[in-house]
Amino acid sequence: MTTVRKDDLFEYALRLGDSALVLGHRLSEWCGHAPEMELDMAMSNLGLDLIGQARLFLTYAGEIEGQITGKPGRDEDQLAYLRDALDYRNFLLVEQPNGDWAATIARQLYFSTFQQLCFEKLAASADEQLAAIARKALPEIAYHVRFATEWTVRLGDGTEESKRRMQEGLNNLFRFTDELFASDEVEDRLAAAGIAPDAAALRPLWQARIEQVLREATLDVPPPHRPITGARKGHHTEHLGYLLAEMQFLQRAYPGARW
Amino acid sequence: MNKEWPLWEVFIRSKNGLAHRHAGSVHAADAQMALENARDLYTRRQEGVSLWVVPSAQIVASDPAEAEALFEPAKDKIYRHPTFYDIPSNVKYI
Repeated sequence: MTTVRKDDLFEYALRLGDSALVLGHRLSEWCGHAPEMELDMAMSNLGLDLIGQARLFLTYAGEIEGQITGKPGRDEDQLAYLRDALDYRNFLLVEQPNGDWAATIARQLYFSTFQQLCFEKLAASADEQLAAIARKALPEIAYHVRFATEWTVRLGDGTEESKRRMQEGLNNLFRFTDELFASDEVEDRLAAAGIAPDAAALRPLWQARIEQVLREATLDVPPPHRPITGARKGHHTEHLGYLLAEMQFLQRAYPGARW
Repeated sequence: MNKEWPLWEVFIRSKNGLAHRHAGSVHAADAQMALENARDLYTRRQEGVSLWVVPSAQIVASDPAEAEALFEPAKDKIYRHPTFYDIPSNVKYI
């Protein structure tokens, strides 16, 4: 059994937590602005599911940090509110702005389909805590996949305008999906230790599922595009800075504030 | 053309319940969306384990003006009420 480096585990827990947190935040931005009140609730519920996952992953990351340094590690709040963009490890896909409803659905379809495949493997991880979090999250993710899939079909096989917008949303975000299946030495080591899934191996399944949904939605598979990557190094698009400014303002302006 | 999504009535059966009870209504464009909207709106606090949604337009209701003709006659037919039996103490859920 390969020994696991604690700093690899810390890094990986941050990656999982940050993507959930940033996407949860993006979804919360819809509250009060969605096309219908029922969709305000849907977006909020999805966002809360993801923030719940983020809390578990970030808390775990903090515990690992404590094991590395021998002092108490940062807690979930310190990790969420006091790191700058360069230290964030979320996928670039989830920090993209919401855009219109179709773009939001496209982002959700891409991410949740991936997250479901990833967590199905993660649920059997050699790391007990990651496996437990993944198992708890899977029913939530199943609903996210269902929601995004049905809306993709409704919009794609809908009116001229809905089809156009849905296709645009899918096309514009496709460039951020390569990153989901990439890897670096950290994840290679964790995959070898049976902790993290082999991301590249998830790609054909993901592609097949996406193509099936798009077929049913009478939409085209987006044309290939130069991939935009950088998450694993903390190299983000310009959008994350603005997102964190809004998300972190209160804690940074009033440190330790509670209510 | 009506651009509003149609209204659906939502019924929920709780974990320990035997019947679906009316919980409210949602707007939705189709049946699957109605189920999901009902799930998102009415089951956030573990209200239930089963959902029914019915297009509001499909519900046929009795006319309140006819309430007397429909329901008054049953009032004085006490022989229909199960009040003349001694229920044995060890039969709990009659």
